[in-house]
Amino acid sequence: MSAVPATAKKDTGADTAQAVGTRWWTPYALLSPGMLWLVVFFAVPTITLVSTSLQSGTLESGFSFTFEFGNYVDAVSGSWEVYLKSLVYSLLATMSCLAIAYPLAYTMAFKAGRWKNIMLVLVIAPFFTSFLLRTNAWKTILSDNGFVVTWMHNLGILEVLNAIQIPVIFADGISGADRVLQTPLGVIAGLTYNFLPFMTLPLYASLERIDVRLIEAGQDLYATPWTAFRKVTFPLSLPGVVAGTLLTFIPAAGDPVNASLLGGPRDAMVGNKIYNTFYRLFDYPLAAALSVILMAMIVTLVTLYVRRAGTEELV
Amino acid sequence: MTEQQNVEPAAAPVSSGAVAESAGGADLHIVEVTKRFGDFVAVDDLTLTIPAGAFFALLGPSGCGKTTMLRMVAGLEEPTAGRIVIGDRDVTALRPYRRPVNTVFQNYALFPHLDIFENVAFGLRRKGSKTVKADVERMLDLVELTTYARRRPTQLSGGQQQRVAVARALVNNPEVLLLDEPLGALDLKLRRQMQIELKRIQTDVGITFAHVTHDQEEAMTMADTIAVMNAGRIEQMGAPIDLYENPVTTFVANFLGQSNLIRGSITGTSGGDSLLDVQGIRMAMPTSRVHSDNADVWVGVRPEKVHIELAGSATAEGHNVAPAVISDASYIGVSTQYLAKLPWGQEVGVFAQNMTTQGPLRVGDEVSLSWDPENTFALDAQQDADAGAEKIEGDT
Amino acid sequence: MATETISRQASMTAPTDLPPAPRSNVLLRLWRWLRSHVIAILGVLALVYMFAPVFVVVLFSFNSPIGRFNYTWNEFSLTAWTDPCKDPLMCDAVKLSLTIGMISTIVATILGTLIAFALGRHRFRGRATTNVLIFLPMATPEVVMGSSLLALFVNMGVDGQLGAWSITIAHIMFSISFVVVTVKARIAGLDPRLEQAAMDLYADERTTFRKVTFPLVLPGIVAAALLAFSLSFDDYVITQFTAGQSTTFPIFVWTASLRGIPPEANVVGSFMFIVAFAIVLIPELLRRKRPA
Repeated sequence: MSAVPATAKKDTGADTAQAVGTRWWTPYALLSPGMLWLVVFFAVPTITLVSTSLQSGTLESGFSFTFEFGNYVDAVSGSWEVYLKSLVYSLLATMSCLAIAYPLAYTMAFKAGRWKNIMLVLVIAPFFTSFLLRTNAWKTILSDNGFVVTWMHNLGILEVLNAIQIPVIFADGISGADRVLQTPLGVIAGLTYNFLPFMTLPLYASLERIDVRLIEAGQDLYATPWTAFRKVTFPLSLPGVVAGTLLTFIPAAGDPVNASLLGGPRDAMVGNKIYNTFYRLFDYPLAAALSVILMAMIVTLVTLYVRRAGTEELV
Repeated sequence: MTEQQNVEPAAAPVSSGAVAESAGGADLHIVEVTKRFGDFVAVDDLTLTIPAGAFFALLGPSGCGKTTMLRMVAGLEEPTAGRIVIGDRDVTALRPYRRPVNTVFQNYALFPHLDIFENVAFGLRRKGSKTVKADVERMLDLVELTTYARRRPTQLSGGQQQRVAVARALVNNPEVLLLDEPLGALDLKLRRQMQIELKRIQTDVGITFAHVTHDQEEAMTMADTIAVMNAGRIEQMGAPIDLYENPVTTFVANFLGQSNLIRGSITGTSGGDSLLDVQGIRMAMPTSRVHSDNADVWVGVRPEKVHIELAGSATAEGHNVAPAVISDASYIGVSTQYLAKLPWGQEVGVFAQNMTTQGPLRVGDEVSLSWDPENTFALDAQQDADAGAEKIEGDT
Repeated sequence: MATETISRQASMTAPTDLPPAPRSNVLLRLWRWLRSHVIAILGVLALVYMFAPVFVVVLFSFNSPIGRFNYTWNEFSLTAWTDPCKDPLMCDAVKLSLTIGMISTIVATILGTLIAFALGRHRFRGRATTNVLIFLPMATPEVVMGSSLLALFVNMGVDGQLGAWSITIAHIMFSISFVVVTVKARIAGLDPRLEQAAMDLYADERTTFRKVTFPLVLPGIVAAALLAFSLSFDDYVITQFTAGQSTTFPIFVWTASLRGIPPEANVVGSFMFIVAFAIVLIPELLRRKRPA
């Protein structure tokens, strides 16, 4: 026994996930069709986008590649406010998502027992209805004379939120004095709702993997339930939190739909800006530059993540 | 569990057809097999032969290579070097599905998407058998699970799943049946039952069984022949009683039961006996039980072979004797386990059956330890005296 | 003295010197119950929050709105359900979405499943790059993906001929990642010893795959296909960038939201919900019904 080095692999060999009896080229053959599709229709277009962002010209006269970094200057100087607004709205939405998704995922993972799968179905089910219809439904629920808004108004919540006015981000307050629609609050509420599954599912997957006995051990070692959560459960669920955040934060920042349907003209986010720049101004290079900046943000975040945690947990 | 069952006398053969096939199974030859994972050598130049119809156990601690060896026989791992021959066929290059070998896996590996009947029938169907229904029913009957035929594995208890796993392998009439620690997940009582069951099945069916385990009691109970494995090598192979009473290495001496190992040296021979000097005390033992080329030896004796009496009492004629002081006495009811300190500080264990109602000797009592020289064995002093011993927390 | 001791030891009645049991208070009990179940309550509230708009969508499919905008309840009516194709444009849009959904689901599921098997079962070089390339489409804002595809089409000169084909390409692209994640999770949960057992029982590699591996991974593949279909049917942003003149159902709804979404659209939404819900729920219920 002492002859076996401490780092030796277990002799069972049963852990090797490698399928028995395959050739060296099998994995590559399996990967190629799908990865090729992603390369051609995701990676290459991204490169094209970058290339377009460095072009100049107009729709009529045609665009040509001229290393026009000026597009980026225009993008930043002209839209930094929109970016700031979008990131703040998205941050608030992401945090709200986390606040709602965490108890939900926790319940599914630890408290649901036999109902776990049913709950999973229930969590996914709403997203089979068209999200545009659902977002429109929020217009009904949050309508100015509706039950929810009246109730919030009477409780004084709207007054408080309306008073919080920050230039650029919440120029007219987080909400209207008597309105939720056509205000930042409406947009954030919509973003929270629409991105909830992207936060819930990775969180659930992460929580589900936690061995309950670890939590029990924490409690056995004098941790109150809250401390056990803080010191044991939450840290162990962190990969899920990070994954959920990666899938929510930047995509929400770039979402144009919620801002259009639930926000006012002053609540436009960068997604709307990009869309308008493409389809109203036809300034493709500028629109591309705006998009590339967003892309750079997500790539940065993912790189930071991969540096810390590697790529195996990503997919 | 089995006593109320309908009697299965040897006159009524278990397999209705092909009695000739089930008569024996085949010899299993492992020839100079080595397995390396990178730099790590899991199995080191192993050679052994398991005769047809034997119940063979490969015994050793975790990580000793026994499971790897089993998987190589099954075909689930490829040897880095060496050959595996079953009967007269070299199967080394054959894929697992072409070998006349079946495995009972450690966690049973029952197919969750098939019911019990289909699980057991799986191998038969792959071979295109025409008598699937009859064979499966017969096998389910053998393991007493006929009423569970249409249930799913997840609906069965651990013990039941284990029996299905055995049935699934046996129904194919393999030449060799491999068992990878099949009883590990069962509780003690169930394990004992299954040990008896498996032994009975093996005796009835006559197939060569190769059983891998780390539980020495299990191996001793079930197997005809045991091979003790350590770090990829076989330390000793033989019948349980030979391994236990006459170990040839300290690992075997410590791994099977417990041993007292005292440093000594061989001073000469006299007839069939070797003379020993054990820390100044003159002792003797049969030369045939000396397993050392070196004159410096570990003089070994099992704790249950040692008599313990108050100092001054008469000891049997010709016995090896050593004085000691009791440093611990654990009264267990059936027996008392003593730790006795020898004059040079070494503590040895003594298991004494409580033959009287007197009660045990007490700590501090001066005693004489004595044993029949025939019960002594001697091992090379260059070996590690702690090899194979169970590490107990708190021990220095 | 001895008798005292004996009588004390032998006493079977309850001692009289313990404090009286606290009076149970209904409110106190309720508070305790709430506190210990607070997480579950929050979870249920979250579910209510998620279903509220769905409820509204379904409800308003039974509405007969005054005017064009379907935001306030007017009166109950079944006309939307009995004559859903009142606006033929909508039904054409639904048909297009269904077609694109079918095609993109089939292709994405196949491509994604192959990748999942490669990642989950094999060792190969370039794993890190593969993982990142699969992850990025899920984390990239749709606006960016849509605009980059548009940029590609513009640069290829086909931006005048965009239609169902370009939409389908885009849908397949973003669905693959989700299929990979779903199927890979299922593969990871598969005990490799099951396949070893199959081979031990005379099944060669292909038979093992057919009889053991594939049936066990199938639920994951089906889940992935459902997911891919919902993603495709429901997609708006990327579709808008790659649609050209075509109208899918989400595009129809978007355009309609400016001038009033007809209750027939709610009918489509409700119907999709019911169908999908049933597809996912029924196997689950069946599984519970199986005799223990």
